Amino acid sequence: MDQLYREAILDHYRYPRHKGHLDDPDVSYHDHNPFCGDEITLELNIEDGVVVDAAFDGRGCAISQASASMMTEEIIGKPLEELRGWTKDDILELLGIEIGPVRLKCALLPLKALKAGVWGIEDWPHEE
Amino acid sequence: MMTSIETIRADFPILQRTVKDHPLAYLDNAASSQKPLAVLQAMDDYYRHTNANVHRGVHTLSEEATRLYEGARGRIGRFINAGSSKEIIFTRNATEAINLVAYSWGLDNLGPGDEVLITEMEHHANIVPWQLVCQRTGATLRYIPIDARGDLRLDLLDELLTERTRLFAFVAMSNVLGTINPTAQLVARAHTVGALALVDGAQSVPHMPVDVQALDCDFLVFSGHKMCGPTGIGVLYGRRDLLEQMPPFMGGGDMIREVHMDGSRWNSLPWKFEAGTPAIAEAIGLGAAVDYLSELGMPWVREQEHALVNYAVEKLSQVEGLRIIGPDGDQRGGVVAFTLDDIHPHDIAAILDSEGIAIRAGHHCAQPIHDHFGIVATARASFYFYNTFEEVDRLVAAMEKVQSVFSF
Ligand SMILES: Cc1ncc(COP(=O)(O)O)c(C=O)c1O
Repeated sequence: MDQLYREAILDHYRYPRHKGHLDDPDVSYHDHNPFCGDEITLELNIEDGVVVDAAFDGRGCAISQASASMMTEEIIGKPLEELRGWTKDDILELLGIEIGPVRLKCALLPLKALKAGVWGIEDWPHEE
Repeated sequence: MMTSIETIRADFPILQRTVKDHPLAYLDNAASSQKPLAVLQAMDDYYRHTNANVHRGVHTLSEEATRLYEGARGRIGRFINAGSSKEIIFTRNATEAINLVAYSWGLDNLGPGDEVLITEMEHHANIVPWQLVCQRTGATLRYIPIDARGDLRLDLLDELLTERTRLFAFVAMSNVLGTINPTAQLVARAHTVGALALVDGAQSVPHMPVDVQALDCDFLVFSGHKMCGPTGIGVLYGRRDLLEQMPPFMGGGDMIREVHMDGSRWNSLPWKFEAGTPAIAEAIGLGAAVDYLSELGMPWVREQEHALVNYAVEKLSQVEGLRIIGPDGDQRGGVVAFTLDDIHPHDIAAILDSEGIAIRAGHHCAQPIHDHFGIVATARASFYFYNTFEEVDRLVAAMEKVQSVFSF
């Protein structure tokens, strides 16, 4: 099977975790990738600097949606302090695959939304 | 001329390669075509034996390079039946050719109250330059909508094409829908209201016979890389009297006759529009490409692709959950854009790539079409004369694999 679609990715795509909306989120941020139409809304509840709950909604390719599901699952319980330092490598590690530059944009959309939603960083990731 | 597909495929070295351990099935020809040996050799020969700047030196190499470069212009002109090679302006690609007309003709001739008419099925290359120039001049940009099948709403033509229209710019064949527009008829309609007609031939010139005198168009643009030629070379065909009146697009060397501190005089056609050292090897490569295509015969190229696309439409329509956009096989060029269930086109293309099949996924630089159909992206297979029915079969078979990977 194609390395890009390992079972864990397909599983998160088919059965996304934490998909939907929080009742009264502290942070809500919508982002999209006009090139391929991937969309994501990320919502967070934060207490004492820690992500206590998170949800996402969206549509798009398997990579972007699996990345959103995996990231949302992973960030719950983590302090913002720690998440602020996350880079593309943290997402690639979650996904467990190597991807080319075009699909990388899909994979990084959820983290991009996190950075913009929590810290107002709008220009991440910088083109390398 | 009729040759077997195997012989023709042997002319294209890249078609022998494998991708992910499968023989390459290259079905992304609307984006860019592959190049035959004749083109690679023409460029290689030029660099090995002739390379020099054109129009400048009095030495042998420069004279030979100039002869080759201008010879290519002549052959390309004959390929589209231009009345004179002065009407063939070399550009980087179709996009630059449209921008040349937009900035040179448009800035000089458009103003408030004037209209430019384009269509909803244009490539961004034939939308954005007009948006920019209309903004600068105060002219209004109008669009002919498309219908549910992907044809132009020609019933609205009388309403949209009026004596206010200064230019009607439209695509001869859509790179997404495959729709072949009635080009000669549309040019004639433009002329009845006194408008000029620009034809975007990026998808027609590579795939079917095109005769600018029969079409009677004022401008025709196309790109070399989609028709067996190299990247970096494209063509603006323009009616000579219009080109004579238009100011230069870019300034520099080669496009001038005299330069003085207080002003300059322009060179004659076509060089007035070719500032700086041109893409010499690429022009020669495109000259070799039109020779290659002429030898095959453009009616044969069209027939071959017609058979392939009819077969592809028929086979793909039988795949459950697959939706093709655009007209039926007969009025369609060699392009099939589709969606499959609600699987994202990027995922379709990635699975196909793992089978050695190259297709494109996205909006194909034609977002308004996708907006029209309420979808963000499509997967697109596009054919050239060297594709085979077996490759279509592989494409169709791969759809099952895509569905099995993404079945819930
Ligand atoms: C219909 C049409 N017009 C214009 C273009 C632009 O061609 P280029 O990018 O070579 O300038 C394309 C290329 O995809 C096209 O399909």
